[in-house]
Amino acid sequence: MFYVIKRILATIPVMVVVALFVFCIIRLGPGDPASVIAGDYATAEDIQEIRIKLGLADPIPVQMGKWFVQLASGDLGKSYHSNMQVTKLISQRLEPTLLLAVTTILLTVFVAIPLGTLAAYKAGSWVDKFVMIFSVAGFSIPVFVLGYILVYIFAMELRWLPVQGYRSPFDDGFLLFLKHITMPAVTLSVIYIALISRMTRASVVEVLNEDYVRTARAKGQSEFKILLRHALPNAAVPIVTVLGISIALMIGGVVVTESVYNIPGLGRLVLDAVLSRDYGVIQGLILFFSFIYIFINLLIDLSYTLIDPRIRY
Amino acid sequence: MADTSTVTLKEDPSIFRIIYGNKGLMTGLVILAILTLIALIGPIFTESPTSINPMVRIKPPSADMWFGTDPLGRDLFARAIWGGRISLSVGVAVAIVAVGFGLLLGLLAGYIRVLDAIIMRVMDGLMAIPGILLAIALISLTGASLFTVIVAITIPEIPRVVRLVRSVVLTVREEAYVEAAIAAGTKLPSIMIRHILPNTIAPLIVQATYVCASAMLTESILGFLGAGIPPEIPSWGNIMSEGRTYFQLCPWIIFFPGVALGVTVMSVNIVGDGLRDTLDPRIAKKM
Repeated sequence: MFYVIKRILATIPVMVVVALFVFCIIRLGPGDPASVIAGDYATAEDIQEIRIKLGLADPIPVQMGKWFVQLASGDLGKSYHSNMQVTKLISQRLEPTLLLAVTTILLTVFVAIPLGTLAAYKAGSWVDKFVMIFSVAGFSIPVFVLGYILVYIFAMELRWLPVQGYRSPFDDGFLLFLKHITMPAVTLSVIYIALISRMTRASVVEVLNEDYVRTARAKGQSEFKILLRHALPNAAVPIVTVLGISIALMIGGVVVTESVYNIPGLGRLVLDAVLSRDYGVIQGLILFFSFIYIFINLLIDLSYTLIDPRIRY
Repeated sequence: MADTSTVTLKEDPSIFRIIYGNKGLMTGLVILAILTLIALIGPIFTESPTSINPMVRIKPPSADMWFGTDPLGRDLFARAIWGGRISLSVGVAVAIVAVGFGLLLGLLAGYIRVLDAIIMRVMDGLMAIPGILLAIALISLTGASLFTVIVAITIPEIPRVVRLVRSVVLTVREEAYVEAAIAAGTKLPSIMIRHILPNTIAPLIVQATYVCASAMLTESILGFLGAGIPPEIPSWGNIMSEGRTYFQLCPWIIFFPGVALGVTVMSVNIVGDGLRDTLDPRIAKKM
């Protein structure tokens, strides 16, 4: 219990550093948000006016103080253009991204873990070689190139799936949702399948050499049960770690995938904010995703005790 | 597998023998050498990547125009070759700068307790920020140029290098020969350079190849999103970004640079894996 509290408290300094960092790159960087917003034809007075409106004219320590008070109350700031709360913008765009992420993770888990286990079980076989080649290739193909290759094959040539777009399972029905989410989820999951199948393989190979696996074999346990009951649970910790980190790192892939398939989610929100130079939204989103990363890492660390009773703090 | 390579390393430390003994490393290096050669001397033989020729707009790949042309009639083969120059330069530049800064910070953090806490907290924070988002934000604030793109891709890559170097330093500083050097009155800078630094080189070379591969992918993603190197420079990401609008009409605009990028990144990754297996068998065993 003491460990849990300590671990939760340890996230605070990291969050402070992130907030400080975001504050610095927006305020102290060579670019001036106010003059960018004002445009090319603005006079010095216009720029000053915008600066006052955004609170960028205050002394830096005052700005920093206000910034931390604001963040501590759960406020991620406002859009410089539409004046809307960033938290509200996020909640409007959350559904497609969340469902894309969940579908991707499910797909990854159900493909990568059996594949990696099989590769470990038959180390040196063609399955093993396939996993090896697939993982090297998966790391090397840019997400969007893969996306367009899939679009070309399955949407333009075979016409099995729609080229792009998003349908909500709540408004348009589950089948339509599934048709639209399949290609984006496959696109996004390939790199994670590559990563996690390789990790699973490495982890299971190690466990299969353990004495308890030999004991299980000796007492006549079926091979399937050996893998499922003895090997996988003991190999779980590194797999869960990598899975957690992948979820946390998914945002980069989400931005690209949503852009390829024209999905109106958080990734598109990021891109729109960048293209319209809405620094209010950009800094709010960076903070949001960083906090999610920190939170997921916390969950991974805390889950170790549940997965592996040998780990106690 | 790792064991045999350790043995060869001990028996014959010649670098050529090591490379020759590892099939993957050899293949990766050969592909990479060919690609680099094309990127270096290819532009001499191709047309200008920016010359517009409306007579040959949107032509599919043919014997004359190997990769076809885009809607402005520009030769995509020439553009892809020039793009290779940009992508490879970005990858190499980011790898060198990230490893340089990472090495410096990692040595400081690993050896000086006071700095350790500060540097590692900053690195933890930096790691929490999604790399692509950070790069996009930095570029949109500073304005896009080849230089700012390299800096923006480098910054998110630094923390991993720092962690790696720091962990090596923390293990090495406990070794008997370092303690002996301290006891003999060797000065700190000399200990760092003579005794600690050499231990970081093998893992750093491996890490540098992965940083290079990841930087090339990030560059292409930034270019593709329209948030990277200015569009007048034909990087692979930029070419593909222009191809997006016309994808249904002429998919080859995205296809060829995409495959070129994939093959390049893959060969760098294969070289990285090969180097890891030969230079650092301890890590190789864990993977």
